[in-house]
Amino acid sequence: MKITFPHMGNAHIPIKALLSGLKLEVIPPPPITKRTLELGVKYSPEFACLPLKISVGSFIEALEQGADTVLMAGGWGPCRFGYYAQVERDILQDLGYSFRMVVLEAPDFKLSELLNQIKDLAGKVTTMEAVRAALFAWFKLNAVDRLEICLEKVLPRAVHKDEVMKTYHLALQEIDQADSREQVNRALSRMTTYMESFEQHHQPVLRLGLVGEIYTILEPSCNYHIIEQLGRMNVEVKRSVYTSNWVNDHLLGGMAKRTNRRQILASARPYLNYFVGGHGRETVGYAVEFARQRFDGIIQIGPLTCMPEIVAQSVLGQVGEQEGIPVMTMYFDEHSGAAGIQTRLEAFVDMLQRRNRLNQLQIQEDDVHAYVPGC
Amino acid sequence: MIKVGIPHSLFYFYYYPLWKTFFEELGAQVVRSHPTSRLTVDQGVRLAVDEACFPIKVYFGHVKELADRGVDYLFVPRLVSVEPKSYICPKFMGLPDMIRACISHLPPLIDITVDVSKTDKFLHKDIIRVGRIFGASSKSIRAAYQKGLQELRFCRALATQGLTPQEAIRVWEGDQAPEVGPERLRLGVLGHGYSLYDGVISMNLIQHLRTLGCRAILAEHVDPGVIEIHAATLCKRVFWTLGRNMVGSALHFDQDEQIDGIVYLACFGCGPDSLIGEIIERRIVNKPFIMLTVDEHTGEAGMITRLEAFVDMIERNRRRAIENHFSAHG
Repeated sequence: MKITFPHMGNAHIPIKALLSGLKLEVIPPPPITKRTLELGVKYSPEFACLPLKISVGSFIEALEQGADTVLMAGGWGPCRFGYYAQVERDILQDLGYSFRMVVLEAPDFKLSELLNQIKDLAGKVTTMEAVRAALFAWFKLNAVDRLEICLEKVLPRAVHKDEVMKTYHLALQEIDQADSREQVNRALSRMTTYMESFEQHHQPVLRLGLVGEIYTILEPSCNYHIIEQLGRMNVEVKRSVYTSNWVNDHLLGGMAKRTNRRQILASARPYLNYFVGGHGRETVGYAVEFARQRFDGIIQIGPLTCMPEIVAQSVLGQVGEQEGIPVMTMYFDEHSGAAGIQTRLEAFVDMLQRRNRLNQLQIQEDDVHAYVPGC
Repeated sequence: MIKVGIPHSLFYFYYYPLWKTFFEELGAQVVRSHPTSRLTVDQGVRLAVDEACFPIKVYFGHVKELADRGVDYLFVPRLVSVEPKSYICPKFMGLPDMIRACISHLPPLIDITVDVSKTDKFLHKDIIRVGRIFGASSKSIRAAYQKGLQELRFCRALATQGLTPQEAIRVWEGDQAPEVGPERLRLGVLGHGYSLYDGVISMNLIQHLRTLGCRAILAEHVDPGVIEIHAATLCKRVFWTLGRNMVGSALHFDQDEQIDGIVYLACFGCGPDSLIGEIIERRIVNKPFIMLTVDEHTGEAGMITRLEAFVDMIERNRRRAIENHFSAHG
């Protein structure tokens, strides 16, 4: 059995560790290229959202490479994602591929059930080995997240941005290839120290909150490398979604590490008062949270026609007004051109910089009025 | 008398008799917005975010109209789930919040939350909460709700007689049932009810089909049990209530001898439509199938042309099938 799974940012590193720990032959999905997207667009329903199209393209390429089992996640709505696997199976079967599709349905999001499903898939491993594989995957996942956070911090401040990106990709490779915790740790600390040692400039760095739909946030080919693009404009990005936090909140019941999920959902009130599927409530909650932490701006991203994000977008205008923070929404589909996106980002960043300068001038002016002796 | 505004859009087509009876029993006056017009659309498009789907934009227009007419309360329910383990659509779940954020100077909203996915306990509590606004006792509130349900069942029974829900509501209010002309074809017509039965959103699809001599068979005309049986043939239960109805009816139409073809009306940017349409399209094997996608830019003439072509094609196929049965040897 040769198993493959969909791409989502750097999640392929821990997933690969998990599946190979379960003694499965893994064919990691090939990197997402223009061809992946073209294949996906050609065979997917026209109005489906971009993640579906990318994963269809991804599966086709993996099946071409000899995979015979496809691993996919499920769900029970109301977001479209819950029905992805069914539509994908239809599409791939009609294309004539013979394969087995394993859909991981976590009916009540319980880790034990999920583990059982994964164990059934593996077959020949003991429970001990399965647990060890899961723990190692969790370890790698955290390492990858720490690396991503390091990049988000270093890139906007570095003078030589290309060097940073090169080191980052190298570090990802090293973590991917590591076989033990020691190796992961060594690679991570060596590479992060190296990245932090790069020469830094002293220009002001803007802080931006990135909120929105999970796949678009995590997968650079889906968001046209927005974090890297912003980093190159000296903008530090903080995301609403980090893979390890998501796994912790939704699969581990918030047991593996501290979580602020409750607080975020509370922040969404009174703007959005009910669960709307997907990450709608998180988007609004994080936008409010970022505004209160005095971030300079917020960008909301999602795939075009994403239902929960449209609900969030409708109330974000009000959030921006009442919390006093500029908000921009960007939707991505297969037609978004990289140059157009860059222009919009540059304009938004320019606006934020001007706003900051004006605010500072205002503060200085106020100070002058306040402290002139004798007045 | 307290005036309660009910927008003539979205779940109006499914639940209006219930809501109207409920509020009137509690002593309120129900004000309904006018049927969708170009003005409603223009206002809605201006107020809603660009990415919202057409029916949501139209709903914004209706809300605006009612707000301008000066009602005391606006009835904007939050429909999460109307049956166990199913949802409607994320946009319905955030509707009152979207309305509040995008339209200023609104009268207070009655945003009752309908979520029976796990239990209907909270729904009953919320109904009591709403009833209290009108100063009624819990007993009379419950009685008003039961009366509403009764009227709703009656209206739905009317709809199964070949009427659309929109016509059924009119008949329920005392109008005459429309005349049904001679029929050449019987077509299964599918789509989300709030698009299909709204004259402007669907661009009078059903009316045009009738003019072409076709009888429209709707999901409401199919026995719910039959729909469930067909919908259950899919590997995974469809978790959208309306989506499951459409899949079940489509599979039923596909096997029903009396149906000549299937028309599917989708809205541009509708999430469930994008996947349900695909699933239906791949599973219809016996009948001609046409999918029409509408949004606020669509022109009616283009749609009529496509419908005419579709009907012509079915009739030509039928003639050919008959001709082929004539023996060349007499």
